[in-house]
Amino acid sequence: MSEFPYKVIEDTAKELYIRALKKLPPDVKAALEKAAQKETSPTGKEVLKTVLQNVEVAEKNDMLICQDTGLAIYMVKIGSKLRLDGSKITEALREGCKRATLEHPLRSSVMHTITRKPAPTGTGDGVPIIYYDFLPGADYVDILAVPKGSGSENMSALKMFIPAAGVKAVKKFILDTVVEAGANPCPPTVVGVGLGGTADLCVKLAKEAIARPIGSHNPDPMVAQLEDELLEAINATGIGPMGLGGIISCLAVQIEIAHTHITLNPVAINTQCWPARRARAKVYSDGKVEMGF
Amino acid sequence: MEYHLRAPVTPEDIRKMKVGDKVILDGTLFGIRDATQIRIFDQGVEPPVDLNGHFCIHTAPGVRKIGEHKYEKVCIGTTTSTRMDRFAPGLIEKYGVRGIIGKAGLLEGSVAAMKKFGACYLAIVGGAAALETTQIEEIEEVYWEDLMPECLWKFRVKDFGPLIVAIDAHGNNLYADVKKKVKEHLPKIYQKLGV
Repeated sequence: MSEFPYKVIEDTAKELYIRALKKLPPDVKAALEKAAQKETSPTGKEVLKTVLQNVEVAEKNDMLICQDTGLAIYMVKIGSKLRLDGSKITEALREGCKRATLEHPLRSSVMHTITRKPAPTGTGDGVPIIYYDFLPGADYVDILAVPKGSGSENMSALKMFIPAAGVKAVKKFILDTVVEAGANPCPPTVVGVGLGGTADLCVKLAKEAIARPIGSHNPDPMVAQLEDELLEAINATGIGPMGLGGIISCLAVQIEIAHTHITLNPVAINTQCWPARRARAKVYSDGKVEMGF
Repeated sequence: MEYHLRAPVTPEDIRKMKVGDKVILDGTLFGIRDATQIRIFDQGVEPPVDLNGHFCIHTAPGVRKIGEHKYEKVCIGTTTSTRMDRFAPGLIEKYGVRGIIGKAGLLEGSVAAMKKFGACYLAIVGGAAALETTQIEEIEEVYWEDLMPECLWKFRVKDFGPLIVAIDAHGNNLYADVKKKVKEHLPKIYQKLGV
């Protein structure tokens, strides 16, 4: 058996980061177009028209949509039919992220958390952020790149409610957090919600939720209904595009859920800005790469 | 209303405008960020260029060096203004800045200074850096290169915008108005959510 093509993983990690920064997924573009049609406030309409124009200019001229290249996140799923060295996958992803930053070049937003000393390579301790999971029966590695800007990431929140507070407290917390964030996360946003698990799993679920295609509902009808209910509530606030007022404040509320402890009731929120950037690739053991979103 | 402006402008030019108006800029635009203003206000270093009558945008541009003190644009976008709020009254009162461009707005002290001296806050569409970059024709000058990328930048822009007057020189603040309305809407939304 020949060795898994780790070099292809590295090249793909580089390409995915850059591509995510330049070309929005079709579902995000469709959601923004729909928002522009639906918005009734003149200022909101103007903002959304500019947003769409920007997306077009970026794609046509091979430019970055937003100057904030963010922190790179790679969500990796490894097919169960593959035999490979996982540590070499991590190494390849880190190298790909670094090469994207230096070779494109991209403005590195990475720095040491205490000294605030810049890390010009776009990589550092724990960065890029890499999550692993497994795909039963698959013969490829699925890599989803999600560059995350700070305007929206700074609006993240976690709350450990008591079980007696129920779903009621959770719903209010989500709405209040979005209202408090106001114009900061560059609305209309995607509001990712994690429910259940431990504190750390809950936050991770919220991140996975923002990485889903816009409009993809949670497969559990009860959770999907909660998504719709919260979207309607957020759009009734009137925050509007860029927080300047209007009926479109949020493109989607997306919830991921896990079971939790008898005495836990955690909720986490991760917000994504209107440029909900992501890019996906499937890498096969023969070196074939399929690009997607 | 829609206004096409070219700096330097006067307080009277700014007082004509009201929140919600649309502005397009041509000509000179200065780029500033946290470090630039820390140098001016916390370290007391005079800016090496006259800002009187001008517009300043909150940015740390992505650039490529092409010569001695010469840079070309790569990607220029706008950052959140709120964290630089404490510098805005000084820019307006001491240096005669007539407009600050950014996203997410400024706070009460800045709103008061804008009213008193005839200045405004112009909201740009955050995240729309590709468009912004194409509207910047040239980086004409860069001062304080040691602060890279948070230097004091002098850009030349064409058809720069659309910008929305979000704080005018009459004490109106669109962000505060929106927040107030949101607060009014909340009880009904809570009721519908059953919370």
